[in-house]
Formats: sequence, C-alpha cells, structure tokens
Amino acid sequence: MALIDLSLREMQQQLRERKVSSVELTRAFLERIAAVDERVNAFITRCDAQALAGAQEADRRLAAGDAAPLTGIPLALKDIFSTEGVLTTCASKILANYIPPYDATAVARLKAQDAVLLGKLNMDEFAMGSSNENSAYGVVRNPWNLETVPGGSSGGSAAAVAARQVPATLGTDTGGSIRQPAAHCGVVGLKPTYGRVSRYGVVAYASSLDQVGPLAANVEDCALLLQAVAGYDPLDSTSVDTPVPDYQAGLRDGVKGLRIGLPREYFIDGLDADVKQALDEAIAVYRGLGAEIVEVSLPHTDYALACYYLIAPAEASSNLARYDGVRYGVRAAAAQNLIDMYTQSRAAGFGAEVKRRIMLGTYALSSGYYDAYYLKAQKVRTLIRQDYFDAFARCDLLLTPVAPTPAFRIGEKTDDPLHMYLSDIFTIPLNLAGTCGLALPCGFSKAGLPIGMQLAGRPFDEATLLRVGHAYEQATDWHKRKAPL
Amino acid sequence: MKITSAEVEKVAGLARLALSADEIQALTGQMDAILSYVDKLDELDVADIVPTAHAVPVENALREDLVRPSIGSEKALANAPEAADGCFRVPRVIE
Repeated sequence: MALIDLSLREMQQQLRERKVSSVELTRAFLERIAAVDERVNAFITRCDAQALAGAQEADRRLAAGDAAPLTGIPLALKDIFSTEGVLTTCASKILANYIPPYDATAVARLKAQDAVLLGKLNMDEFAMGSSNENSAYGVVRNPWNLETVPGGSSGGSAAAVAARQVPATLGTDTGGSIRQPAAHCGVVGLKPTYGRVSRYGVVAYASSLDQVGPLAANVEDCALLLQAVAGYDPLDSTSVDTPVPDYQAGLRDGVKGLRIGLPREYFIDGLDADVKQALDEAIAVYRGLGAEIVEVSLPHTDYALACYYLIAPAEASSNLARYDGVRYGVRAAAAQNLIDMYTQSRAAGFGAEVKRRIMLGTYALSSGYYDAYYLKAQKVRTLIRQDYFDAFARCDLLLTPVAPTPAFRIGEKTDDPLHMYLSDIFTIPLNLAGTCGLALPCGFSKAGLPIGMQLAGRPFDEATLLRVGHAYEQATDWHKRKAPL
Repeated sequence: MKITSAEVEKVAGLARLALSADEIQALTGQMDAILSYVDKLDELDVADIVPTAHAVPVENALREDLVRPSIGSEKALANAPEAADGCFRVPRVIE
C-alpha cells in the first residue's frame, strides 16, 4: 500500500516499528501535494522545508523510543489557526501579510506531540461560506469532480484529505463547516461539543458557535486527533473543564441496544433522492447491527437557519471590528484621517461575503433593532436547544442527513446568498444547541459524488458518536473509496 | 421593503466600511431578502423565554489576577503596518 494511503493508526504503528521514517512519510505527502494541488487548490501556504526539518526531529524522537501518539505524522491545518512564524491569512486579503507571534492552543498541542506541519489549508474567507468559493486565494475544487465545490468553510481541509494530500487535519465548524465539506468530499469530520477544544488562537468568526474539530479518512483517525487537542485550556474562558475520556477505548463496543433517533423534521420532501436512499440504507445497516431506531421530533428545526443568520453575523461583526489596519493586517495607503483609514482598509481587505455578514450583523445589533433581531434569535436558540435535550431523553443519539444535496457545481449558487445558506440547514441546529456531531460517508449519488450522514450526540458525548460511526465503518466500505485523482 | 439603501449606507458607516454605490445597491436587495426570511421568527411567541447566552452551562470563568509572561512589545509590534517608538502609528487624531 502506498504511504499516502495509510491511516493514522497504521502510520503510527509503522513509525514505531521503524518500518517507515517520518522523513519518508513527509516526503510522500509533499510529493502528492506537488502533484495534485494545482488542480485542487487546497493549500494556501506550504511549509516543505520546515516540514522536513520537523520530520527529522520526530525521527530522532522515535529512535529514542520517546514517541507521542502523533510523533512524526504529517498534518496540515485550516488557515484559521494561528501558527507561530507561519503566514496565517484566514483566506482574506486583509491578513495577507500576517505572521502570528504565537501558536493556537490546538497547534501547540499537536506540536507537543511532534506532529509535522505540511502547510495551511484553503477555506472560505473568515470561515464564512458553504462552498469554499469565498477565498481570496481562489476556489477549492472537489477531488471527486473538479467542477463541483468541496463544501465550506473547511473545504480545503476536506479536499486535502479526500485527495490524500494529508492523512488528517483540523478544521473549524460554526454552522457546519467541518461536517458539510466532509460529507461533500467523502471523508469523516467531527464537530465536538462547544467548549471541548480550545479556541485560543483560532481566528474568531462567531464566538458562541465556533468549535475546532478533526477531519480524517476514517472514524478511528478522528478519535486519535481529537484526543490530541481536546481538553480544558485556561487561555480560553469558554473551554470547559470536564474530563476527556479515552476515545480509542470504547470504539469497538458496537451499537447493540443503543437507541438511534430519527428526527422527522430532517427527512423532508426537499431532500435529494440519492441522499434519501443512502440514509435509508444506513438506517437499515444500524438496524441490522442491533440498534433500536426510534422516531423523534425537533419541532423548532425550521427556525434554526433564521436564528443562525442573525446570531452568527452579529458576533462576526463584533469580532471583525478588530481589523482596523492599526495593529496587524493590511492598511490602506493614503488615508487622510483615522476613520478614513479604518473604512478604506476594511473596504479593500474584506471580500463580498464577509462584508455582507458584517452589514447584517451590524444591522441586527444596531439601536432599535437589537430586541427585534439579535435578542429574539437568542431566545429562539433556547427553544432549539431544548428540543435536543427532549430528544436525547428518548434516544442516545440522532441520525440525520448532513446536507440536502451532494456537492453542487462551482458558481451555481454564488448569486443567491439565501439559497446558498440553505446548504447548512441540517448542520446549523447543532451549533445553536452546542452539542456534538459526526459526519461520515454513507454512499454515492448516481453522478458519483459522496453522500454523508450525520450522527448527533449529547453534549460531551463524542465517544458514543465515534463508537457508532466506527461500527458503521466495520459493516460498510464507503469510507475506503478513493477520489479519482 | 425591510431596508432602504439609505439605511444600508448608515449601517456601512457604523460598520466602518467604505462601500461603492454598486455594493450598496446589491446589499440593499440581499439584506432585504435575508431580513424578510428571518422574519419567520415572529411566528414564535418568545416573550417568556430566557435567551441563550452560552451554548453549554458555564459559570463565570475567573482566574487569579497574576502577572504572567506575555509575548512582549517587540513581537506585538511585529505585524504593525506602521510602528514608531514602541507604539502603533496611526494618522493624526488631534488637530
């Protein structure tokens, strides 16, 4: 088997047994990136020299028998993670020259295990988007069909895993930005519970919704990566101080006796026929494995999108106020005064979708509209959260589609923002509720594009999602299919 | 219309965004469509509902007020578009 096709687990084993070196492994991925990235455009920054130096260091540690779980394993990161000394653009022109002076906590934890950084991955600008068409560094293409989108905003991350340019990676998920691209690219993506992974050093989009999580070729690899980054961080006051279980430990316990809930509001008429069929077959697999399937209701599902498109832009408009051309980022030349400098720098630096959300958010928070929009949305959010708690009283987890359709064509929805926003209709409610969700491959459309299913779990119960996802992978082989690239 | 181009222009001022006439026109239509869509929240009676300030229940995250090492002013200024004398430099504020 080619080195780039190994799972993280297999790499870990071969590195320890000295069957392969980290340098060999890193070279294999660098060669793959060089061979395919012109077509996929998943990378914004490549760190070839640093990666090889890091791999040599990891090999020394492996030789000394002093290895951590990720020692010597090459990874890349969405360009939203601050990486000390490495360009971090968040796919925006306004950060085109930004070299962070420190590492995000998630990055520091990967470095502490001697993981090797291959580079920084493309994304929608400031993580705003459902298709990765909003990057200042160009559109990312779906490795399964280069004319279609990879999903967003972690589109570069999902595409890089699907194209085997990286074995696994970290993304961020505010309204589905890990799960939706994972589904469109036929890989596994996990959005942990809000607070499970530190957001320190991750460029903020919507602070009450953003969460860091892994993308990988299979569930077990996601578990491995989550293990490395999960846990309380005193530098992030929203990270939660609750024990992190051993995610590998219960992975093989199966699903017998578990109750899987199907929320009826998620199986609606507008659902694509191929998606519907793939989900039906996945449900049958679980029934065959001994899970009990129950129907549940999340009555406020229909309000989630409206709720999200007030809360997320409101928080974004506040977070993005820091891009003023004073302390970092690009400053417009020839400004006559301070206000002029702010308005010109921001006008030149932000792309269309970011401006749209800043405007929506500023409007929703402005005097006279706060109660009618932002406050009302936060109240509806309470109802949506309560729906989930009610459902989890009747079942152990939920099974739903990830996206209403497989990946759509590049350019198909760019002129109609509201239509584009509907791509995330099945993922957004989990972010509002704060709970965890796993997307994994469960079939293909007639056109040959991957289809994903979503498992939603109780807060901080990522272990159950991983176990249930793993059981499905043992019974099927969708996750083993490789993009034709 | 939920929103006029004059209002869009006013919001752009609040958001510190210099927008072109074309951008204001496009945003007026798009924001109107989105704001009309979010009006579906009016179907719900939320008068007695407590707003969600945080997705998971957390108490105030307080810490000891201790001096800790930081990145230092040199690193903090390293990305500044303009810096002088250990400070960020901006256009004149006081005439």
